Amino acid sequence: MSEGEVKNEGGFWKRLRSGLSKTRDALGTGVGNLLLGEKEIDEEVLEDLETALLLTDVGVEATTDIMDDLAARVQRRELNNTRALHGALGRLLTQRLQAHVKPFQVDRQAKPFVIFFVGVNGVGKTTTIGKLAKRLQGEGLSVMLAAGDTFRAAAVEQLQAWGERNGVPVIAQSQGSDSASVVYDAVQAAAARGADVLLADTAGRLQAKTNLMEELRKISRVVSRFDESAPHEVLLVLDAGVGQNALSQVKEFDAAVPLTGLVVTKLDGTAKAGVLFAVAQQTDLPIYFIGVGEGVEDLRPFEAEPFVEALLAQATEENG
Amino acid sequence: MFDSLSERLTQTLKGLTGKARLTEENISAAMRDVRRALLEADVALPVVKEFTDKVRSRALGQVVNAALNPGEQFVKIVHDELVHVMGDANDALNLQTTPPAIVLMAGLQGAGKTTTVAKLALLLKSREKKKVAVVSADVYRPAAIKQLETLAGEAGAHFIPSSADEKPSAIAERAVGEAKRAFADVLIVDTAGRLAVDEDMMAEIRALQAQLKPIETLFVVDAMTGQDAANTARAFNDVLDLTGVVLAKADGDARGGAALSVRSITGKPIKFIGVGEKIDGLEPFYPDRLASRILGMGDLMSLIEEAQRKVDKKKAEKLARKLEKGRKFDLEDFREQLNQMASMGGITSMMDKVPGMSQLPKNVQEQVNDDQFLRMGVIIDSMTPHERRFPDVITGSRKQRIARGSGTSVPDINRLLKQHKQMQKMMKKFSKKGGMQKMMRGLSAMQGAAAGGRPPARRR
Repeated sequence: MSEGEVKNEGGFWKRLRSGLSKTRDALGTGVGNLLLGEKEIDEEVLEDLETALLLTDVGVEATTDIMDDLAARVQRRELNNTRALHGALGRLLTQRLQAHVKPFQVDRQAKPFVIFFVGVNGVGKTTTIGKLAKRLQGEGLSVMLAAGDTFRAAAVEQLQAWGERNGVPVIAQSQGSDSASVVYDAVQAAAARGADVLLADTAGRLQAKTNLMEELRKISRVVSRFDESAPHEVLLVLDAGVGQNALSQVKEFDAAVPLTGLVVTKLDGTAKAGVLFAVAQQTDLPIYFIGVGEGVEDLRPFEAEPFVEALLAQATEENG
Repeated sequence: MFDSLSERLTQTLKGLTGKARLTEENISAAMRDVRRALLEADVALPVVKEFTDKVRSRALGQVVNAALNPGEQFVKIVHDELVHVMGDANDALNLQTTPPAIVLMAGLQGAGKTTTVAKLALLLKSREKKKVAVVSADVYRPAAIKQLETLAGEAGAHFIPSSADEKPSAIAERAVGEAKRAFADVLIVDTAGRLAVDEDMMAEIRALQAQLKPIETLFVVDAMTGQDAANTARAFNDVLDLTGVVLAKADGDARGGAALSVRSITGKPIKFIGVGEKIDGLEPFYPDRLASRILGMGDLMSLIEEAQRKVDKKKAEKLARKLEKGRKFDLEDFREQLNQMASMGGITSMMDKVPGMSQLPKNVQEQVNDDQFLRMGVIIDSMTPHERRFPDVITGSRKQRIARGSGTSVPDINRLLKQHKQMQKMMKKFSKKGGMQKMMRGLSAMQGAAAGGRPPARRR
């Protein structure tokens, strides 16, 4: 980790905490009050806990699972007061995400290491590309971008504007051109210029649209013709505000272009990250990054423990 | 896929037929099912609680209808209440003011505001013959203004330029002046996406509203939003005087519980739903359809809509005319139908959307796969145009040739011809008056035939 990042660390977690404050409000009212006093665990305590989990989009299935686990331990007298229950919940939540923590690594041999960004409309793919490009540059990699979103008006300009401002070359064609051909061109250009990484934007698409998912398949197919191992990473970008539809997004995008990881954006709002627990139950995909703000430094590697800690922190702060 | 609520409730309430009335005790399990279904559809928890209370009080004391099963009866109560809560009828946009009528858009980042501006402009222009001007006060996101400019061009709206170094208030002031000079009937003001917790940004849009005094302030919400829809809607509603809601990206497979949350919390009507990437995709909101979807009662409506969008209308009309004239449904037409089915994602993806299909026995489900239909297409492709038009000429040696050409066997050819014959019969009934019911009966026979070449009854 570079020095600059260390310096930002405090500010970052503070921001994540304040961003997650609403999530904590939900957990706070349900959990904080009841968990922090040394109180007997009764039906009501467990029910409030369940409510708090549901309010953060954890989803019925994952919530039931977590609650069953906790209730069983209460039954076995492993947890005999609310403080112990609080600790157990934190550990349980962390444990569920721990398997999904994996550092994002670029294979420098690939030249270019091709990363696709896919997702539904408006999740923040283009913005994430900008932030990640900057981050990879900071690691000493030469980066190029492919403006593969040829559908949305001004998506190409958005990426170009960003590229110009940050001195990153953007390979683009006009709006309406074939996305696969843009990305293919970009891969060739990146190879010719010896770029380390190519970040390819794609148009947002709803996963239920068969023809658009087919287009995604085509882009992947065309790129693999150039380099069999490409795309090296296919990242699905999820909006933190998304509900249970995230599960369908993961499933359908994965069926079209096998996903290699997830990025969760917009965690600085009132949106809850609880959907990650539901997703984690369904897939083995690593959660590489989370976005907690507008700044470039606000795209951060995902870490389970501080994440859950931040989620539950307010309860402690408010009641402790 | 989730079991539909209707099926689950039928299970839960199975023992209820004998009993006369719905009581607190005998519906408590059913209420849990309803709660779960609503949560799975992303309805916000506080709204779920309020809603289930309403359903409970409405259900209590009702006499179990002997004709309906209690599960269905219960679903109907839930469904009706949903429709009622979401607003029984569609609310139109109010533009009754001295022109230009100003419409202000608000919402989170990526909700779909800019796209909605263009869709709304096109709708007002084409359906209500309004002259529409649009302006972007999004000075933050790169190329946001350019995006609106491009879309305005497509929609044929008057685009009022703005630049990223202007203040939103200055843009607004200038835009109103220019809209007046251009004699625009409507001015739609796009704004930057903002987080409800961002106080500066919320103050900015509040000031914009105070300055513009829009007759409509529309809150755009993503149909895929989860529990957060409640928080966000409350925050925007507190800061702004909202007049309506637009549910964007409603053409996906999200159950759209956010709509119920937003409607309940703000009390403001949902005026439009956004469907599709193209700018003609803005439709009036129909509560009953969304109610079915929230309850997971199949996705038949969207299947029909998809069919309407994808099926080539000209070709369909041509076929209809042909059948009307008493001509036969030939293999050429059959091939065309196979093509259209493929363009809708094939039979498996269509079956997914039909309610109850997931309840079919596994072996029946497995028999229906896209490979068969692909093979059927290949077989027809291996025929001469003459054979396709007059399938009766296909005899022994022709069959062998077709089998070789398509890499199949003669029994495959026979099966295809038999299926075609059945379809032909169906089409004949269909083209006659009142043939619809008969066709539906024929359809179930045909499904069996498509699945294995024999009716399913014999298989089981």
